[in-house]
Amino acid sequence: MNVEWYIVLSSLLFAVGALGILIRRSPIVILLCLELMLNAGNLALVAFSRMVGNQQGQVFALIVMVVAACEVVVGLGLIVAIFRCRLPLDVDELRELRG
Amino acid sequence: MEAVLFFAAAIGALGGAIGVVAMRNPLFSVLALIVHLFSLAVLFLLLAAAFVAAAQVVVYAGAVMVLYVFVVAYVGGDEESAWEPIPGQRLLAPLLGAALFVELSIAVLGSSLLALGTNGPKVNPGFGDPAAIGRLLLERFLIPFEASSILLLLAAVGAVVLAGRKREESA
Repeated sequence: MNVEWYIVLSSLLFAVGALGILIRRSPIVILLCLELMLNAGNLALVAFSRMVGNQQGQVFALIVMVVAACEVVVGLGLIVAIFRCRLPLDVDELRELRG
Repeated sequence: MEAVLFFAAAIGALGGAIGVVAMRNPLFSVLALIVHLFSLAVLFLLLAAAFVAAAQVVVYAGAVMVLYVFVVAYVGGDEESAWEPIPGQRLLAPLLGAALFVELSIAVLGSSLLALGTNGPKVNPGFGDPAAIGRLLLERFLIPFEASSILLLLAAVGAVVLAGRKREESA
């Protein structure tokens, strides 16, 4: 398969993830959509590393996975903390910081 | 054969992604994301990235998704209300998503990267296996490797601070 196909698929997945962040209001689903976007980036990195023929892009993809794991841990910790304070799990109702 | 595998995995990845966005119950969204991650692992294998694919399945589809399932079970998967705070959000958001996709595709396909239309150079069998990746990580990318381990430690401490049960304030 041409590398083009992978890149187009990756941009499609990225757009779906961005759409999810725009349209959904539950913080858990927003985190899931963030994962979609990070994974689309990973796919592009691995595809370009195959295109160039060296493995450094794969190392980048691994580091992106580490960052995504950290983001998940902190984000889910925040969600649990919000739930403990009996606040609504809805990003449109958590608007105390809005000016 | 390769094309069949690619299209099967691509349909799985795309279907999983759309499932994440479209499911109303967060638990089903998590399950759709697991389908998406497995399909992506197949794509990584097609791109000769064996170690990345294995890490994807073990770390992502295994560990991270279990964490998500636990939190969804703890918080309780409430379905979203149909109330729309921003008028026209349901209409505008797909338009913006489609615009982003068109823009990205134009940027990639319009770039003058000639190698995009090829399969990439022939690689020897050891390409992307754990030994090669490990050598790169410990020789060329040692500092990012160590930085990511510090980042993981910080995230673990941060999660405990954020979500840990508060001690009795008076005691």
